[in-house]
Amino acid sequence: MAGIIDSILFTLIAIGVLGTMSLLFGALLGYASVKFKVKGDPLVEQLDELLPQTQCGQCGYPGCKPYAQAIADGEAINKCAPGGDDTIKKIAALMGVEVQPLDESHASDNTPKVAFIIEEDCIGCTKCIQACPVDAILGAAKQMHTIIIDECTGCDLCVAPCPVDCIEMVPIQQTVQNWQWDLNSIPVVEID
Amino acid sequence: MTDYLLLLVSTVLVNNFVLVKFLGLCPFMGVSSRTETAIGMSFATTFVMTIASLLSYLINSYILAPLGLEYLTTMTFILVIAVVVQFTEMVVHKTSANLYRLLGIFLPLITTNCAVLGVALLNIYEQHNFFESIIYGFGAAVGFSLVLIMFSAMREKIVNANIPKPFKGAPIAMITAGLMSLAFMGFTGLVKF
Repeated sequence: MAGIIDSILFTLIAIGVLGTMSLLFGALLGYASVKFKVKGDPLVEQLDELLPQTQCGQCGYPGCKPYAQAIADGEAINKCAPGGDDTIKKIAALMGVEVQPLDESHASDNTPKVAFIIEEDCIGCTKCIQACPVDAILGAAKQMHTIIIDECTGCDLCVAPCPVDCIEMVPIQQTVQNWQWDLNSIPVVEID
Repeated sequence: MTDYLLLLVSTVLVNNFVLVKFLGLCPFMGVSSRTETAIGMSFATTFVMTIASLLSYLINSYILAPLGLEYLTTMTFILVIAVVVQFTEMVVHKTSANLYRLLGIFLPLITTNCAVLGVALLNIYEQHNFFESIIYGFGAAVGFSLVLIMFSAMREKIVNANIPKPFKGAPIAMITAGLMSLAFMGFTGLVKF
């Protein structure tokens, strides 16, 4: 009889010890999960930095941050028209997926462009200045506006607000400075 | 002091966990295709192994042994290791998102890395004291890291090498691992311990 009680006691001690230990470890992990909580998805931040920040919405999302979030959730990476192939390559490297060509529907006209203000028509209404996401338009009320070509990302957002239609998108002249060699488009195959 | 140094050298080189004891082969083959990932995995494993051997020694000698519950060691150590791994995973996720993504599934898999449980159990069987346990755990992890990083560097070169088709990929990696193991047998005469 005493033997049975002893062995029951022994078992209870074992269960108690393991149970207490598990409880303590569980509490530790619970505390750690609160303490080291990851605010937001860091991947989204990294993707957002790669995107051109034109906030143009050509991808179908309201801006670059929402599109970054969508990519992190599994959206196609090839919808950013202003970013073009360079951005797709960087996103592909970050996400560890294959590089895809720019989505057709988002690349209706993919030649790099900048906005140009026909200055004799400009009435100085400043509406395009408010629309520009990258502050590439110089000007003041009732003064003629102009575009800083180096800052312009060609996002088209200033065209629609202009009441006198004096903004047009002109293709960037190809110069030796901005010539793209595009060596990656030459297929390299391994010969067995 | 000399004893501890000898124990460290012996664990890192002579009784290397991967190449001599053949423990922890899964991450050795799995995470070694890129050096960057291998280095991250090494740091994570080193941290987990050292802490796990420390904790398992404390738990064994102050909780399990006095109560005569040595038969629970395996179960308890698995619990300890799992907790340390989870904790490491949270810290890595918080501090380095990129490393977290690179390690991917292998980070939680440290839990099932037999080298970690091996260190904890061998510490008991070889009756190491507190400091010896920590050094043994740390040494085993350093040995693992050393071999893993060297192996990944080799594999990065092998990918570009012109090798016969049947040997491409995993087979040549296995052969390389075997040759490394042979090379590490050369350390056997180094320390008598």
